[in-house]
Amino acid sequence: MASGNVLHVLYNDDDILMKAVKELRSKHYRIIEVYTPFPVHGLDKAMGLPYTRIAICSFIYGLIGLSVATLMMNFIMIEDWPRNIGGKPSFSYLQNMPAFVPIMFELTVFFAAHLMVITFYMRSKIWPFKKAENPDVRTTDDHFLIEVDAANHDLDELSKFLYDTGATEISLIHNEEHA
Amino acid sequence: MVLGLVGVVYGFLSVPATVEEASEVLASHEEHHGEEASHEEANFVDEARQEHGYSEKAMAHDKDMGHEAHGEGEHMEHVLHQMQTKPWSAVFVAAFFFMMIALGTLVFYAIQNAAQAGWSPVLFRVMEGITNYLLPGSVIVLLIVIFAGEHFFPWQNHELVAEDTILQEKSVYLNFPFWLIRGIIYIIGWNLYRHFARKNSLAMDTAEGDKPYKNLFKYSVYFLAFFIVTESTMAWDWFMSMTPHWYSTLFAWYIFASMIVSAVTVIAIVTVSLKAIGKLEFVNDSHLHDLAKFMFGFSVFWTYLWFGQFMLIWYANIPEEVTYFILRIQEYNPIFFGMIIINFVFPIVILMNSDFKRVSWFVVIAGVFILVGHYIDIFLLVMPSTVGPHWSFGITEFAALLFFLGLFILMVGLGLAKVSLRPKNNPFLVESEHFHY
Repeated sequence: MASGNVLHVLYNDDDILMKAVKELRSKHYRIIEVYTPFPVHGLDKAMGLPYTRIAICSFIYGLIGLSVATLMMNFIMIEDWPRNIGGKPSFSYLQNMPAFVPIMFELTVFFAAHLMVITFYMRSKIWPFKKAENPDVRTTDDHFLIEVDAANHDLDELSKFLYDTGATEISLIHNEEHA
Repeated sequence: MVLGLVGVVYGFLSVPATVEEASEVLASHEEHHGEEASHEEANFVDEARQEHGYSEKAMAHDKDMGHEAHGEGEHMEHVLHQMQTKPWSAVFVAAFFFMMIALGTLVFYAIQNAAQAGWSPVLFRVMEGITNYLLPGSVIVLLIVIFAGEHFFPWQNHELVAEDTILQEKSVYLNFPFWLIRGIIYIIGWNLYRHFARKNSLAMDTAEGDKPYKNLFKYSVYFLAFFIVTESTMAWDWFMSMTPHWYSTLFAWYIFASMIVSAVTVIAIVTVSLKAIGKLEFVNDSHLHDLAKFMFGFSVFWTYLWFGQFMLIWYANIPEEVTYFILRIQEYNPIFFGMIIINFVFPIVILMNSDFKRVSWFVVIAGVFILVGHYIDIFLLVMPSTVGPHWSFGITEFAALLFFLGLFILMVGLGLAKVSLRPKNNPFLVESEHFHY
């Protein structure tokens, strides 16, 4: 981080926030993070965040789930303790496959969903009982907050620019550790 | 005014296209009629030959023929009957396939109206255009099922019913007058909604207040309630009663799934092609994305119902139920399992990626495969039940398909060309135009 000084800029409307984010980026100010009380559509694109890769993860997890279900049912129902399935004791996984499809489907969904959530937690570095990293509690109610890197910019000029974008409140935070 | 002009210009543009279509229609129409006539004649001529040609086979096949076939003579009658049914089935498959696209579109349209959906109003004129085929399509389908009579529906054969206590009990529901009245009620109800929905939708363009909009909403709700009942009974009347001893409680939903996925696919394809010639510049790729999501979702829904029906019958293995699948797996094996690949594996692989759903040629390719798959689906509903093992995909089937495709394109083209493709005054129109995901 170039500077420890961070501006907390508050907005009270998501449309104004979106416009402000676009203007900030067009002036090449660095946005560290945006806090919103609800997901704002298109904000990720406006901030220039890279595409999420969680869809790819989810696909892979689904395939893992499918494989686990197949191997598990093959072991349980065919190898370890062969069953007479619906009067069709063929003892072949493929021939009894229709009976296993619900399980294969459910485990695919189960693995994809749970592993995706766990991946998301790990990636966002959150876990149960973690203290919230929230700069301003009002962002959980009705305010939107942009963290702007103050860097070596002229603070007066920057503040004026930010008020022009519709900011309702600006505060300068000195960050000792990184200074 | 400019919009009106666009509509008129489009009308002129589409006329040559539809005239070509019309000639194609006529050509295939004549061809088709010739086909049908010659087929019927060929069947009668072949009667004597078949009796020799099939007699050895008849012994072997005797046991898996219909329950009423015992002696060899009776079996030959059965085979002949199935051969005579074939052109009827061929025409019915194609006729119903296109009718169900129009009907499914109408349902989709009604759902959008009843749900007051914000994304779709820009597509309403496209959907209305497609439903323009419903009137001729449904009348033709009704005429086919009426005149096919015993060819399709064994329960209409009095001699058969007289020996069959199960059918006698079912005759409270499955009797000709009641069945005929039901069929007429279906198509009157569907077409009435189509008529009033279109009328109010057009009235909205010039109306001062929101009265047409409210009317449209009300009609859509009533129609959906009417449809969900009539669709079920339609599926029983026109498809399940082809094998009157067999029944499945999932059947109506299964046909509905096929209907809605084909309809959404056709909406997407028509939208893409109209946008490609510059008539729908207010439709963006988010609309296409949503249609593709529906194609994906309903494909999976169809598979779910197909498998739900198959697995229960396979698992229980009750003789009176499994006949349905035994016939299809033994005699129709490649297309029976091929259909599942086309209708399930293919859409799921192609349309899974979010970005692919926005690429129009990708959606069109997936759509073509889905439509082919669902044509096969209808083929597999009708053919095994009516002609048994004597199926083929020949000139009759192809000509019928071409004929109804031509008629479908003609009617849809006329429906689209008549008015501006951009609706006005729909309260959700602005939201729809700015729709982005």
